[in-house]
Amino acid sequence: MGGEYRHIGKATPRKDARAIVTGKAEYIDDMKLSGMLYGKVLRSPYPHARIKNIDTAKAEAYPGVKAVLTYKNAPGWMAGVPYHRPVLDSTVRFVGDAVALVAAETEETADEALELLEVEYEQLPAVYDMEEAARPGAPQLHERIPGNVFPRGFRSIGEKALQELVMGDVEKGFSEADIIEEATCAYENIPNPLPPEPPGVIATWEDPEHLTLYTASQSAPMNRNFAQPALGLVDIRVIGMQCGGSYGTKNANFIPMAHAAALAKAAGRPVKVYFSKEEHFNAYTLRLGSRIHARIGIKKDGTVTALQGEWFVDTGAVSEMAQVQVAVGLGETQLLIRCPNWNMQPTLVCTNRSPSGVVRGFGGQELNCALLPLITVVMEKADLDPVDFFKKNYMAPGAGFYWRDGIWRDYRGIDFSKAIDKGAEVFGWKDKWKGWNKPTVVNGAKRIGVGVGLHGNADIGEDESEANVKLSPDARAVVYSCVSESGMGERSALCKMAAEVLNLPLDRVNITPADTLVNPFEFGLVGSRGTYAVGSAVIEAAEDARRQLLELAAPVLGVKPEELDTKDGAIFAKNNPQKKIAWYKAMGIARTITGQGRFETDFSLCNCMIIFAEVEVDTETGKAELLRVVASTDCGQIIDPLVLEGQLHGSLGSAGIDTAIFEETVLDKDTGHIMNCNMIDYKWRTFADLPKFESIMLETPVESHRFKAIGVGEIAPAPGPGAVLMAINNAIGKRIMTYPATPDKILKALGRI
Amino acid sequence: MKTDRDKGKASRGVATAEKNISLTVNGKPYELMVGKDVNPDHTLAYTLRETLGYTGTKIACDHGSCGACTVLMDGEAVLSCTMLTVECDGKKITTIEGLENRETGGLHPLQQAFIDNTAFQCGFCTPGIIMSAKALLDKNPSPTEEDIKQELAGHYCRCVSHYLVVKAILSLAEKGR
Ligand code: FES
Ligand code: FES
Repeated sequence: MGGEYRHIGKATPRKDARAIVTGKAEYIDDMKLSGMLYGKVLRSPYPHARIKNIDTAKAEAYPGVKAVLTYKNAPGWMAGVPYHRPVLDSTVRFVGDAVALVAAETEETADEALELLEVEYEQLPAVYDMEEAARPGAPQLHERIPGNVFPRGFRSIGEKALQELVMGDVEKGFSEADIIEEATCAYENIPNPLPPEPPGVIATWEDPEHLTLYTASQSAPMNRNFAQPALGLVDIRVIGMQCGGSYGTKNANFIPMAHAAALAKAAGRPVKVYFSKEEHFNAYTLRLGSRIHARIGIKKDGTVTALQGEWFVDTGAVSEMAQVQVAVGLGETQLLIRCPNWNMQPTLVCTNRSPSGVVRGFGGQELNCALLPLITVVMEKADLDPVDFFKKNYMAPGAGFYWRDGIWRDYRGIDFSKAIDKGAEVFGWKDKWKGWNKPTVVNGAKRIGVGVGLHGNADIGEDESEANVKLSPDARAVVYSCVSESGMGERSALCKMAAEVLNLPLDRVNITPADTLVNPFEFGLVGSRGTYAVGSAVIEAAEDARRQLLELAAPVLGVKPEELDTKDGAIFAKNNPQKKIAWYKAMGIARTITGQGRFETDFSLCNCMIIFAEVEVDTETGKAELLRVVASTDCGQIIDPLVLEGQLHGSLGSAGIDTAIFEETVLDKDTGHIMNCNMIDYKWRTFADLPKFESIMLETPVESHRFKAIGVGEIAPAPGPGAVLMAINNAIGKRIMTYPATPDKILKALGRI
Repeated sequence: MKTDRDKGKASRGVATAEKNISLTVNGKPYELMVGKDVNPDHTLAYTLRETLGYTGTKIACDHGSCGACTVLMDGEAVLSCTMLTVECDGKKITTIEGLENRETGGLHPLQQAFIDNTAFQCGFCTPGIIMSAKALLDKNPSPTEEDIKQELAGHYCRCVSHYLVVKAILSLAEKGR
């Protein structure tokens, strides 16, 4: 680990470590701009209603109130893909939908003003089930989305964006199968990724053409990239604050941003919109609902010959960019299952509940978790060991896939069998696996079962990044990269890569704030693209700067640039290290050097994570307890072992593994209200309930990256739910096909209730 | 000390007793006047963050169920979002900003242990967790792994830094043995 490198592969303190442990790290709610107002949102008590009348007079007259906006006077900005949701509308479509906005001198005044708004609603029929919503005669949510079914595709990811997965000949495939099974399975507990910090934005207009946003975002530049067209191409400067967790949810951040920007425009002052935890539960980014009716055919040896089905995807009241998640999900499922004959038809539907949106897993977790119970059935019929099945079917050199842009890619990454084998060995799979529906251990009423899940994503080289690296004569470097920090340590990782190229101590390398005004283009820190995509741009910029530096030094030292090297701010001849000068001697003291780097999309690689789970089920109470997890991956080259380990541990968080046991958003399908919208009723894993967790991080070099590394963080949670459900089924010897396997479902499966 | 929130309150004419609340925060004494600096419904978390500027203390749930707002009150870990400032008269509060050595500016060993173990991801839960860990170590310098997990059971960490947090605290506990 890190043998040949100075920084790469070593555990080094995060650049922001001191700020975090001393409380100085600045999150959005720690910030106040002078003259800043507080924006609050009146939220709908109904799942579907038309606003018949709204009287704002009292609120407007209330001392301290500076702006009140309703659909009547709000800007006509539109959200969603394709645009279908006005920032404020005369119809509300879920409990918690925005009805009106108020900006006031204090939070309290804003809250009080909300109570003074008089609204008359005409309630409309609501629909909560995705298939019901797609049927003729269902209540209609959006004029622009007839039949509640979204048009397929999304132009920004390519004209041929993957809209369905059709290849080969499924009928022929089924005719070649030894075993064919059909089932309906669902992963529709719509859990909330629930970062600890609620979403928030501060907006301030410098003038009518220039908007500045301070944002708690995982991808500060995405706030600009997405909002700019929606806001009529005004100039938007985005500054990313320290972000208190995101897990995908705080990427584009459009709705809070639009609310803050609209209020700031109306009031002519900066406005902060910061959600309460209750709003966070009721009106911010749930996981997609996913349900499949599918048929799979396999040969006895585990070769999959055909997969056919319908995939229903429920995005709640709005599609933030669910079409892209559908495309990526269809792509990822081909990484999991190598099959020549597919016909998977997605239907993306809106329903009257709080919207789903971008979440770690991004469509792939949702599809694979829904498919896994079905795959389990055929594996069982063929009496196949699931580890062997996954190993046989996971993406490997020689195979390929259609990615989100609808274009075929020949896979040119590494073979992940080693990571699979190593995981199995550390877990003790061979001993613990007793066959399908067989517990590993029976101890009175308690039974232990084991399960395994696997997942990967070809997003590690998705989209474009640019970076600059500036060298100064005092032997320091600054990385210009518009990357915000929401927990993945990427800003520090980029500094490490630049420090490695320039052979500088790490404390001599810094990174600019995630500010779109000063940095070159960056797509955002989405998927697992930080290491390969963003990293490669930074590395190229550092190499370019280093080249320029050596060119400046060459005539001074009378040596050719290629015969020079640099270390710790000195430039020396490789064959005569005594012949050296300091950077400032080569550069002069009144100069900086800027190197440039750019990364172009590369979809030909993927990552992989396999999770083994051991679960104990109490057959009397129906309670399932996760005892042990082994997560295994191969990341090419570790950048920082502790940061990577943290990412793997993350499989227990952000609506991951526990969506198989207890995590769910409980929607009352009579009233449209979320029943567990607080942190006591919404269940989460505590320090007292930690399973034993082992991380395996192999390093098989990936040639595409200078340091042979690929990112892996995003996929950590995705293999978990399937593994746990399989373990529960094996423990109890019965089959549960939907998530989460709560005690009532377990007891029902056991015939006890 | 006039805060934004007071203006809203004053306009509603909240009844205020002319009374001072004495608080010591990180060794620094504050006199807060009820009705002026503090309203009866201000939580300690609010006063620390908004009135006194100790923004290192985080608020996530604001309802006593996540641990983010944990501070020390007379040495005990408390959830500052569940306490009213008017009930804290005479109390000594320590926040995350108060852990560094006041003379040397050096980090508290716990802070250093968190840095050395990268015992955080987004860091939003971290100040609260460190404060609970401090309360634990002050009482019991050599807690077991189980003691640590039980002590921190009320802290929500969605990034799942739990394992590295336990490791960081254990590294000090072992020194305490
Ligand atoms: S903010 Fe106080 S316990 Fe959550
Ligand atoms: S580090 Fe992000 S919630 Fe704990």
